Amino acid sequence: MIVPRTSYVEATARRRVEAVLDHDSFWEFLPPEERVTSPHLSQLDLPVAFDDGVVVGGGTVQGRRVLLAAQEGAFMGGAVGEVHGAKLTGLFARAVDERPDAVVLLLESGGVRLHEANAGLIAVSEIIRALLAARGRGIRVLAVIGGGVGCFGGMGIVARCCDAVIMLEEGRLGMSGPEVIEMAGGVEELDSRDKALVWRTFGGKHRYLLGDCEYLVEDDVAAIRESIHQALEAASGFELEQLEAEHALLEKRLRELAHLHDAIDMWRALGLPDPDTLPMLDLARFTPIAHRARSFWKGEG
Amino acid sequence: MERRSWREVADQLFRGGHRIEARGAFLSGSATVDGTAISVVGTTDHATIDAEMALRIASAILRVVREAPGRPILILVDTNGPSLRHRDELLGINTYMAHLAKCVEMARRFGHHIVSLIYDRALSGGFIASGMMADLCFALPQAEIRVMNIRAMAQVTKIARERLERLSRSSPVLAPGAENYFKMGAVDEIWSGDIGAHLAAALRQAVGPDQRASRGLERGGRHLAGPVAQKVRWYGRDRTIPATCDRQG
Repeated sequence: MIVPRTSYVEATARRRVEAVLDHDSFWEFLPPEERVTSPHLSQLDLPVAFDDGVVVGGGTVQGRRVLLAAQEGAFMGGAVGEVHGAKLTGLFARAVDERPDAVVLLLESGGVRLHEANAGLIAVSEIIRALLAARGRGIRVLAVIGGGVGCFGGMGIVARCCDAVIMLEEGRLGMSGPEVIEMAGGVEELDSRDKALVWRTFGGKHRYLLGDCEYLVEDDVAAIRESIHQALEAASGFELEQLEAEHALLEKRLRELAHLHDAIDMWRALGLPDPDTLPMLDLARFTPIAHRARSFWKGEG
Repeated sequence: MERRSWREVADQLFRGGHRIEARGAFLSGSATVDGTAISVVGTTDHATIDAEMALRIASAILRVVREAPGRPILILVDTNGPSLRHRDELLGINTYMAHLAKCVEMARRFGHHIVSLIYDRALSGGFIASGMMADLCFALPQAEIRVMNIRAMAQVTKIARERLERLSRSSPVLAPGAENYFKMGAVDEIWSGDIGAHLAAALRQAVGPDQRASRGLERGGRHLAGPVAQKVRWYGRDRTIPATCDRQG
């Protein structure tokens, strides 16, 4: 029997939540009926959303208890305002009380919501503090990145504060998005309309080759659920030794790659064959090649 | 108000002298406050935080955790935010920023008291990964704290610049500045006068979990952050039943 794939990328935040969780297991905290909306958008005559662009709640994934949040890219690019951020921060405080098997973040966000500038910035900082405090108390935090907006700005930092990142090939992860880089440095610095360049800079494959995501999956809800399951079984933790190991790895990354100016040159430096063909490969063919990069980072030197 | 160089600020903070050095835009060293040794890390010259700089600050913090257990850390903040270069995105600068934030958190877990002082500029991502991770965050009155300038904000939000400028005169959310961040709870105090005495007092202050949302509420600058987080935390649960684990936040 052929089971049709359910696309994650094209789904709304609410649909993603339903698809990632076990059937009928979702329980939303502060659902839209509660009408908790942004207090800052009306002064700009902008519409509000009854969930402020993020759905939070609890449920199960293959029977394992999780708390979960999903950002809605269609509302202000999933950007973090005061209420949106507070919902995420509150979820981590709840996780410390309830000790679920994981907190799962379905991220899609341009970062700080500029319409709430200062409040958004502080909100992102509060998310980071609450996330790391929860991890310090043994709560596992997983991020899933896919969707048109990608995961940028402060939320790009949040993603990398998690125990593991699951990325779709179509996902994009970074600090400043391509438009921002072009605005600051001109088209010579980065041509944001050059789709191939944008994908090989921010896309799932490059992030996987660098080790910035632990799982790279197809746009298929079943594959994402399977990765969450694997990530729940994997060794994890937030201790000084692990942080020092990460530090050494990030030093090595600079040593090996900082002098290069294109992803393809970086993949060549990692010893991957025919690096210019990698963007075109499907994941079945890409993954075995990518394992060489993963062992490059694990190797000595 | 006159801007002060990191040297002037350090001389005023540590009247008994200090051993802080600048290497490029990176600051590190040590000093003594009330007879207690403290470590100092930070940036100057409106430093752009690229992957190298984030890792350098992280190195300095990890070194303190390893070599000087329990010693307080002062973060001196003057940053223009993250590097906006293609090469830094290729290298995964968000990962370097996250690593820095994790190092500050780890220092906290190891019992280091962490205080930050915005003595000049604090912009967006550079500030989030360092100064905003501190237990207590202070600012000099002339400190410039913001996400981005109004012109760039207008460009991205597609809202007229004049309108944003007008609104920012009355809204603490939109306007830059230490005073607004104080109202919203992200700056604990604005220091004037004897900043050395302020630092000594800050280092004596007991610290707990993140209090910024409740301070923002008390000070009338952020009304919903705290209450909404609490609502999510307790939604559908009976507050009278004690949680299975010790409470936080």
